[in-house]
Amino acid sequence: MYMKVLSLFAAVVLMAACSSTPKDSGNANGAGLGNNGMTTGSGIGNGSVRPGTQEDLAANVGDRVFFQYDHTDLTPEGRATLDRQAAWLKQYSQLTVTIEGHCDERGTREYNIGLGNRRATAVKNYLVALGISSSRVAIISYGKERPAVVGDSEDAFAQNRRGVTIVN
Amino acid sequence: MTMMAAFLPRVWTGFGAALVLTILTITAPARADLNLDLTRGTLQPIPIAITSFLGAGAAANTGQRLAGVVSADLERSGYFRPVDPSAFTQDPAALQGTPRFADWKLLQAQALVTGAVSVQADGQLRVEFRLWDVVAEQQMTGLAFMSTPDNWRRVAHKVADAIFKRVTGVNGYFDSRIVYIAETGPAIKRQKRLAIMDQDGERHQFLTNDNTLVLTPRFSPNSQEIAYLSYYGGKPRVYLFNIETGRQQVLGDFPGMTYAPRFSPDGGKVIMSLSDGSNSNIYTLDLQTRHQTRLTDGPSIDTSASYSPDGRQIAFESDRGGTQQVYVMNADGSGLKRITFGNGRYGGPVWSPTGEYIAFTKLAGGHFAIGVVHPDGTGERTLVESFHAEGPTWAPNGRVLMFFREGSSSDGRGKSASLYAVNLFGGNERRVTTPVDASDPAWSPLLP
Repeated sequence: MYMKVLSLFAAVVLMAACSSTPKDSGNANGAGLGNNGMTTGSGIGNGSVRPGTQEDLAANVGDRVFFQYDHTDLTPEGRATLDRQAAWLKQYSQLTVTIEGHCDERGTREYNIGLGNRRATAVKNYLVALGISSSRVAIISYGKERPAVVGDSEDAFAQNRRGVTIVN
Repeated sequence: MTMMAAFLPRVWTGFGAALVLTILTITAPARADLNLDLTRGTLQPIPIAITSFLGAGAAANTGQRLAGVVSADLERSGYFRPVDPSAFTQDPAALQGTPRFADWKLLQAQALVTGAVSVQADGQLRVEFRLWDVVAEQQMTGLAFMSTPDNWRRVAHKVADAIFKRVTGVNGYFDSRIVYIAETGPAIKRQKRLAIMDQDGERHQFLTNDNTLVLTPRFSPNSQEIAYLSYYGGKPRVYLFNIETGRQQVLGDFPGMTYAPRFSPDGGKVIMSLSDGSNSNIYTLDLQTRHQTRLTDGPSIDTSASYSPDGRQIAFESDRGGTQQVYVMNADGSGLKRITFGNGRYGGPVWSPTGEYIAFTKLAGGHFAIGVVHPDGTGERTLVESFHAEGPTWAPNGRVLMFFREGSSSDGRGKSASLYAVNLFGGNERRVTTPVDASDPAWSPLLP
């Protein structure tokens, strides 16, 4: 069982590594920016964030990963974020999550729904490969219906091409 | 509907060169490439005088309003230019006989519409009209319609359709409806609901509340039902909305997200995409038997399926070749053929009601375009280029398309979305007025 998980993990990493191109930094880490790893209690923001909540995930782990235009491969930054998410989900093993797949506005509505599903699935598959039970991880695609930020700049588009982990 | 007076089957010769040009551009799409600039720049609309319909008693006010709706329909088509009624020198009562053609020639009207409206003893509204060729001094057509008084707008649209067809030789499209997505609220939390209206924006009605995200509505062939995507309960699925009863039901029992629905031309099936997470494939659901049939299979996003009007073929988009492109296949999934090869990505194909074109949304160089192409891949042309234009739908006669534009949010107004209509040659673009922001239009067939 242990071996199986390990080899699955390796396969995912290889797949992602050979098909992804590094993206320019700057907006790659979103809500998780500046936080390396788990919460230490030293307090980004305020100390009132309850452990094991969406706020905890967003502030101290990183609740989202970003994608390149018309791509569904995880970036190295994205995989690092998901590594932390997997550890966090193992710590709070009672939680279930839904992965939202989102796209920027530079695509047609229906194609973006398909693309959002793929992005959400890429995130889910990575978490599952790290040992999170697939029954704990649901997916939903919002296509381009729920941008995170408003704007027509490449920076805004980059922030909207994302997979967001939502605690149910 | 009964024929009131036989029209003279003589060729209408009075319109001169302008009419000839119009007929050519309307009826000869094969020459559209040659005529593109001509149709954009130099189309001469036919001057038409539309007089108030003579009304008595309970129908006294209706006559003016009927003429107003007919006039607005014909003007909006781009093929007619209504003459200013304040210059008219013959009143509706005098026009119940043969018109004084010299008066109308003086106003340079080439066509004249006269009519009368009354409420019958049984409460029925009776509307009659005649279309006159002013230059040839003869009647072209005359029809009478009976309906209930509250249906007067639809009768006016039917009059406009009859005039359009008699003059252009092409079916009209005015007695039809639009279902679309009404948008309110900020971009990051946009509220979307189903709305329906007449093709001219009147008789507007919201069909759903704003609690549930809904997208991409499409009419059934009898215009009684709408297939659409709803995020009800956080489980996005294709739903069916019955316009008369307001009843909504999920379509089919699929294991994952379904989206991008369209009816088959006979109304018996809905075609849609089913996502397995990574890939989306095209399925049909038989509305009678509830039998599901898978039509495509592969590691790609196959979506936006649209039947040809004879039901024998299906256009759809797929990224199986690396980027979004439009493909055509037989209705059973065989005989696959890619039909778009230009620069950029092609999506959202919609087969025209005449069968001769497939409309699409194109992305190239960071911009959107609406275009058309023949089903064999030839004759591609762009109708509209824009920062963001998307989602074409065809008027019932296949000569006009409606689509939506989104504004740039960097212009300081925040996100905006509006409906527009444009003709098959990219000309006569008009904004369609809606009470709130609007997207995802779908045009009904001509109403019965």
